[in-house]
Amino acid sequence: MRPSQVILELTVLALAIFLGFEVISKVPTLLHTPLMSGTNAIHGIVLVGAILVAGIPDQATWVRIVSLAAVALGTLNVVGGFVVTDRMLEMFKRRESGPGRNDT
Amino acid sequence: MTRGDAISLAYLAAIVAFILALRFLSSPARARLGNWLGALGMAIAIAATFAHPGLSNEVWILLVMAVSAPIGAYGARAVKMTDIPQMVALFNGVGGGAAALIALAEFHERAPESGRLAANVGISIVLSALIGAVSFAGSMVAFAKLQDLLSGRPIVYPQQKVGNAALVAALVAAAIVVLVGVEEQAIVGALILGALLFGVLFVLPIGGADMPVVISLLNACTGLAAAATGFVLHQNVLIVSGMLVGASGTLLTLLMARSMGRSVGNVLFGAFGQLQVTPDALAASADGHVRSTSAEDVAVMLAYAQRVIVVPGYGLAVAQAQHDVRKLADELQARGVDVRYAIHPVAGRMPGHMNVLLAEANVPYDELFEMEQINGDFPQTDVALVIGANDVTNPAARTQLGSPIYGMPILDVDRAKNVVVIKRSMNPGFAGIDNPLYRDPKTVMLFADAREGVAKLVEGVKAL
Repeated sequence: MRPSQVILELTVLALAIFLGFEVISKVPTLLHTPLMSGTNAIHGIVLVGAILVAGIPDQATWVRIVSLAAVALGTLNVVGGFVVTDRMLEMFKRRESGPGRNDT
Repeated sequence: MTRGDAISLAYLAAIVAFILALRFLSSPARARLGNWLGALGMAIAIAATFAHPGLSNEVWILLVMAVSAPIGAYGARAVKMTDIPQMVALFNGVGGGAAALIALAEFHERAPESGRLAANVGISIVLSALIGAVSFAGSMVAFAKLQDLLSGRPIVYPQQKVGNAALVAALVAAAIVVLVGVEEQAIVGALILGALLFGVLFVLPIGGADMPVVISLLNACTGLAAAATGFVLHQNVLIVSGMLVGASGTLLTLLMARSMGRSVGNVLFGAFGQLQVTPDALAASADGHVRSTSAEDVAVMLAYAQRVIVVPGYGLAVAQAQHDVRKLADELQARGVDVRYAIHPVAGRMPGHMNVLLAEANVPYDELFEMEQINGDFPQTDVALVIGANDVTNPAARTQLGSPIYGMPILDVDRAKNVVVIKRSMNPGFAGIDNPLYRDPKTVMLFADAREGVAKLVEGVKAL
C-alpha cells in the first residue's frame, strides 16, 4: 500500500524541522543579523506559490488581482531579501595583510 | 522523464541550494557565497515554476515581477546600513502578506467545488491565512517602531490581556467554522482581518529594544506560513523551504533572546501589567551628580593610556561615526595604545548589527570582541570609551532587582579604571531607563554628537 500524499508531505515536513535546527546550530553572534536576513530571503519561496495561483486559468477578476498582488509581495521579499543580505555580507573583511588598508 | 519530474528535480536542486546557503551563512568566510547560493536556488525554483503545464497569465505575472523586482532591489540598495533592521522587517512582512493573499485566492478556487474541502487543505489554508496575516501586520508595526513612526516605548492599555485573549478566541472560532464546512469567502476574509488586528496588538506592547527578537520570531512565522501554503498547493519545495526557515528562525529567536539574558516569553509579554513602573519614577530615585569634560582632556587620557576598550552603541550608528572611530583607533594604535572593541550581542539594534557597521568602516574583525571574551579584561583597562551605547552598559542590570533590564548581561565598563561616555544628552536609552553609570565617580561625560565628539578626539590626539 502506498502512503497518501499528505503522509508523504508530513514526512518531509518533519525532516525539514530537524534539518532546520541542525543546520544553523553553531552560528556566531557576529552573523545573527545576516542569517536572519538570509532566511528571510529564503521564505520568499512563497513567490512560487503565488505564481502557481496567479497562473490558474479563468479566474474571477478579484481573485486575479489578489493573486497578482501576492506575486508582487513575493517578488519584493525575494529580491529585497537577497540584496539586503548581500549588502551586509560584503562589509565583512579581514585586515589586509600588506602595509596599510584600503581606505574608503 | 516526464515534465513534472523535471520540475520536481529542479525544485530539489533549489532545496539543496537553500540548505547549503543556511550552512554557509553560519560562517564568516563563506557567508556571502551562501547568500549567492540561496539566490541561485531561488532563481532555479522560479524558472521551473514557469514550466508547469497549464499555467496561464504568464504575461501578467512576468509584468508584475518585472515591476516589483527593481523596487525591491532599489529599496535594499538605498537603505542606510543603520536602517537595515527595519528593512528586514519590511521584506519579512511582505512575504507573510503574500502567503495570506495566496490563501484567500486559493480558497476561492477550491471552495466552489462540490463537497467539503479536504481536511488537510482546509487546515493549511486557514493556517496560511492566519500566520501570514499576523506576520505581515506585526512586521509593519515593528518597522514603524524602528523607523520612529511609532514610539519605541511599549504601548500598553488597560485590559490588554483580556482583549487579546478574546480576539484569539474569536479567530479560533472562525477557523473552526470554516473547517467544519461553512465555506464562506466572507469568513476567510474576516479571519484575515482579525489576524491583521492581532498582529498589530501583539507587537504594540513590545519595547523597541526587543524588536530584533520579535522580527526574528515573525521571520520564523512567515516560514511556517510558506510551509502551510506548500500543503495547500502540494508543493514540497514550499513545505521544505518554509519549514527550514520556520525551524532555523525559531532557533535563532531563542539564541537572540538568550544573548539578551531574557526568555522569549518575557520579551513578548514582559510589558503586560507593567503600567505602574514609569521611567521618571526610577530616575527620581537616583542621586549623585554627573561630571562633564572637554574633548581635549579625553584626548590626553586616551593617548597616554595603555589599554583602551571602545564600546560602540546605536548612537554611534545613527551619527555614522564608525569611520571616525576607526581613525581614532588608528591614531592611538600608532602611539602604541592597545585598542579593542567590545561588542554587546545586541549593540546597535540587532545581534551582529554593530559588527556590520564597523566592518563597513574597515575595522578588522579580529579587533572586535564579544561580551564573554572581553568582560574579564575591563578591570585591567585604563579607559573604557563608551560611544552612543547606554542600556548595554547599565550596571542596574546587575544590581536593581526592579529594573526592566535586570538580569540582562551587560558589558562591565564600570569596572574599568576610567570611563568616558560620549552622549548627546542625559536622555535615557531605548529601554527608557536611568543609567547609574553616568553618576559613577570614575565616569566623565563628553556631551556631543558621536561623530563630532570622536572627530574632536582625533584632532586632540593628533595635536599632542
